[in-house]
Amino acid sequence: MELLNNIILGFGTALTAANLLYCLVGVFLGTLIGVLPGLGPVATIAMLLPITFTLQPISALIMLAGIYYGAQYGGSTTAILVNIPGESSSVVTALDGYQMAKQGHAGKALATAAIGSFVAGTVATFVLALLGPPLAEIALKFGPAEYFSLMVLGLAAAMVLAHGSLLHALGMVLLGLLLGLIGTDVNSGAARYTFGQPWLADGIGFVTLAMGMYGLGEIVRNLEHEETRSVMVKKVTGLMPSKADFKRIVAPIFRGTVLGSALGILPGGGAMLASFASYSLEKKVAKSAVPFGQGAIEGVAGPESANNAGAQTSFIPMLTLGIPSNPVMALMIGAMIIQGIQPGPSVMNEQPALFWGIIASMWIGNFFLIVLNLPMIGLWVRLITVPYHLLYPAILVFCAIGVFSVNNSEFDVYLMALFGLLGYIFGKLDCEPAPMLLGFILGPMMEEYLRRALLLSKGDPTVFITRPISAVMLLMAAAAMFVVLSPAIRKKREDAFHEEE
Amino acid sequence: MSSFIRHPKDFWAGVIYAALGIAAVILGRDYPMGSAFKMGPAYFPTVLGGLLALVGVIAVVRSFVKPGEAITPFAWKEVILVLAATVVFGVLLRGAGLVVALIVLVLASAYASVKFRWVPSIALAIGMTVFSILVFVKGLGVPLQILGSWFGG
Repeated sequence: MELLNNIILGFGTALTAANLLYCLVGVFLGTLIGVLPGLGPVATIAMLLPITFTLQPISALIMLAGIYYGAQYGGSTTAILVNIPGESSSVVTALDGYQMAKQGHAGKALATAAIGSFVAGTVATFVLALLGPPLAEIALKFGPAEYFSLMVLGLAAAMVLAHGSLLHALGMVLLGLLLGLIGTDVNSGAARYTFGQPWLADGIGFVTLAMGMYGLGEIVRNLEHEETRSVMVKKVTGLMPSKADFKRIVAPIFRGTVLGSALGILPGGGAMLASFASYSLEKKVAKSAVPFGQGAIEGVAGPESANNAGAQTSFIPMLTLGIPSNPVMALMIGAMIIQGIQPGPSVMNEQPALFWGIIASMWIGNFFLIVLNLPMIGLWVRLITVPYHLLYPAILVFCAIGVFSVNNSEFDVYLMALFGLLGYIFGKLDCEPAPMLLGFILGPMMEEYLRRALLLSKGDPTVFITRPISAVMLLMAAAAMFVVLSPAIRKKREDAFHEEE
Repeated sequence: MSSFIRHPKDFWAGVIYAALGIAAVILGRDYPMGSAFKMGPAYFPTVLGGLLALVGVIAVVRSFVKPGEAITPFAWKEVILVLAATVVFGVLLRGAGLVVALIVLVLASAYASVKFRWVPSIALAIGMTVFSILVFVKGLGVPLQILGSWFGG
């Protein structure tokens, strides 16, 4: 009955007036950025981080989490109504969702997405509650060698699951790790790669890096091909799916939830992978009569459940092991560190209210999403058409003031501009920024664990393969890389990422 | 030269990786290396830099063998306007103060859009300035000067 007590503790924490408010603000903002063009959860969370420094840790994390899963929801709204996926995770939703809208079933598609998300969110919350404690239990037994290998595994998985070339993903991870080492070395006090500049002594802030690569880089990329959005469906009616529709969506929602929950836990996984995988699965198991690509309700129900489940279970490695599985989780870890919480398995024991409060807030947040968003659909429809040329200068204002306020330093503003340029160039070269951000967060931790592991083994590197748990994790990392390099799987991986074409 | 490069994206990414990796190794020589048993501050970055340089070299070599798409043209005007607006914001913030810095930031960056028009952009600049003063300075207490030292603020 410990689980029950924990859940009661969680709801007790999440149901205070202040935390309810921050949860509501989080899911509202999340939906907003999901609907607005050219603004993703990574850039938004990075922009809002400086503001959350003044909040209680639990309130800050509840709000940031709400932004993440709220964005999945908002992203599907634009996917269905204008055929533009607001988030990468709703790319596949656009395939059938937009066709449904064209046939006059926009309301039904939106309701299906909402119901699927809610069911998936509820199940994923329980998965998190069930899996969290045993995982943290195991992780508490980890020594530095195991931690180092776990991080290698996490980065390897992130590389495998990034799109594009594995070599570029490796390059970006290494670059991120190196950038993370800039600043004062904690062991020797040596100022590394600071060029004698005092403002670099504390290292590069991850807010600066994330806002530059995702915020500014994204703005320039969007300006390259500006598009005008037009909403075909001005009034959304007929929200409730019929009994026959319910029959059709039950199984896809169930499959999507299971698949999404499993894929979300994987390092490098999360919402996007889950939705792509679910769409492929639905196509495979469906009867031939189901018109995929022409408005099949199954094609909305499955991926939408999967991406929400994946978004939520990707908190598991972050909360229990302190390992980020995607850039948003990397930012959440950053937020915890700034709040003075050392991420890792001890969070659950030392801060049970925080751990269970976040979990409970996710369920509450999903409830908010379903009761707020369907009635508010008129507002979201109007926001979809906000012209980008009036939106991006405002985003830039938030980025500039936000990054300045972290350290009250204009150097951070310059550094952000530099990363914006880098982000744009890397985008041109098909190098994804996500592995770099993960490497950046993990860099200092990896160095520390490597140092400690080798200190304990007196410099003997075989410690990583003689300790069984560590060896298994390294073996899994190697296997993941090897599998991706094999031609058959490589083709499948490319197909999975190119479902929309 | 360019006829040898069959995959320009791989080539230039490789060049960037190799340059940064080598730079990390060379700059790392200023710090003590230590040994695996007692790692110095240069140990881990040197290993990473070496690996990064290796990845870069492989990418460059591969770009001579495996063909790939050309790099789409750079949107220089947009890049320069948006990034310069950001940098100028940083320069102006203390001296001229938040109001001037924000108006310059909004107008200069908005000019990068092909849909730029003066009237809505000026309205946006004024709106964002009022919003920022109310929310960031008054509401959240970010220590920003509304009028900078040049105006005796």
